[in-house]
Amino acid sequence: MKNRSLISISDFTREESLRILDLAEEFEKQPTQNILDGFVIATLFFEPSTRTRLSFESAVNRLGGKVIGFSDASSSSVQKGESLHDTIKTVSNYCDLIVMRHPREGSARYASQVASVPIINAGDGANQHPTQCLLDMYSIRKTQGRLDNLHIAFVGDLKYGRTVHSLVIAMSLHNTTFHLVSPAELKLPSSVKMHIKNKNLQYRQYTDLNEVIPLADIIYMTRIQKERFSDPIEYERVKNAYILNNTMLCKAKPGMKVLHPLPRVNEISTDVDDSSSAYYFQQALNGVYVRQALVATILGVK
Amino acid sequence: MNKELIKELKVSAIENGTVIDHIPAQSVFQVVRILNLEKFDTQILIGANLDSQKYGKKGILKLSNRFFEKDEINKIALVAPTATLIVIKDFQIIEKRQVEIPGQVSKIVNCVNPNCITNHETITTKFVVIDKDDLKLQCNYCEKITVRESISFV
Ligand SMILES: [Zn+2]
Repeated sequence: MKNRSLISISDFTREESLRILDLAEEFEKQPTQNILDGFVIATLFFEPSTRTRLSFESAVNRLGGKVIGFSDASSSSVQKGESLHDTIKTVSNYCDLIVMRHPREGSARYASQVASVPIINAGDGANQHPTQCLLDMYSIRKTQGRLDNLHIAFVGDLKYGRTVHSLVIAMSLHNTTFHLVSPAELKLPSSVKMHIKNKNLQYRQYTDLNEVIPLADIIYMTRIQKERFSDPIEYERVKNAYILNNTMLCKAKPGMKVLHPLPRVNEISTDVDDSSSAYYFQQALNGVYVRQALVATILGVK
Repeated sequence: MNKELIKELKVSAIENGTVIDHIPAQSVFQVVRILNLEKFDTQILIGANLDSQKYGKKGILKLSNRFFEKDEINKIALVAPTATLIVIKDFQIIEKRQVEIPGQVSKIVNCVNPNCITNHETITTKFVVIDKDDLKLQCNYCEKITVRESISFV
């Protein structure tokens, strides 16, 4: 896996993803190691995402590597009209690995064809977010003790939620039963559903969140954004239908955990935070270990 | 179209080259564009809206001294799935076959996704054909699927 880009979670086989998760466990035990001494990693954030960027930078810094880059396009040459092609070509000269986030779908794949160094996709528009996916898998395995044969409920914006797309694709390699809960306008796209169908796995689509709570081992919540709706009245109608609160959780399985890619707005009530089902804050911490494992693997030091 | 002209087209056989027959009438000029025939300097006969027993109306192209690689000619299957390819050498038909939808499509189709990077930078589009019957193309970049009804050509 040395020198390979990670653009879409399906670029990794099941075994390759598991190898990253195993390595992430090692980093969880020992997060500070001086194995990236002399390496330069560029973080190019063409749209801001403080959380993801800091997670990557923390991962690299704890391993002794150096970080260069920009945190939003307005502070870079992109503002002056430079093409993605030229930015990537130029930055390739200055670093050993590029981590990029970009508002357009397909930008990371394109960058990987242009760059002379490997690319890690930290989110390309509504398409993919594979490192979030790996940390989600890590969190699932850590809380459930396994990845195989689980019931996973995905709730909210399944159409534009790229973290959902990546995780559905990844979990379709683990004999998952999928419970897909969303308003009719925001159903899982057919290009993603295809992965479930290809593996002949069970899935059901719901509009009512309450139905899936007793069935799930994991409830994966996402935010529903107003701007995703063509009809604002439709948004007003559904916006409160996908909010999880502590009372609803009384029907949940004992070991069930709630995940969320964060930031949340109101889709998980704060009264869930103190329940034993809440795992979304620990989930974010796992991101550092997973990103350490990924960077170390691609740079060939682990 | 009058009978005389059809006859004329039929008799104007070519010595060497390629005939593309049974093109759906509405797609003839799209085929011309896909094969980049505007740039050819050899003799080209374009027949449009000809009567066809099988299809009602059809188009036909006769291209002197032009031969195509399989991948190149198969691109036209996206707009002309019924087309027949006839290869002629010394006035003899040496090959006759149906065009086939290729496994991959590049350059000729735009991605349907307005937020795809290929619609914002000068990038040659690339698709994997994931369904040949219903014609579904998956973008190599944004991974979105372009279906038959929404295909537009570069
Ligand atoms: Zn695309």
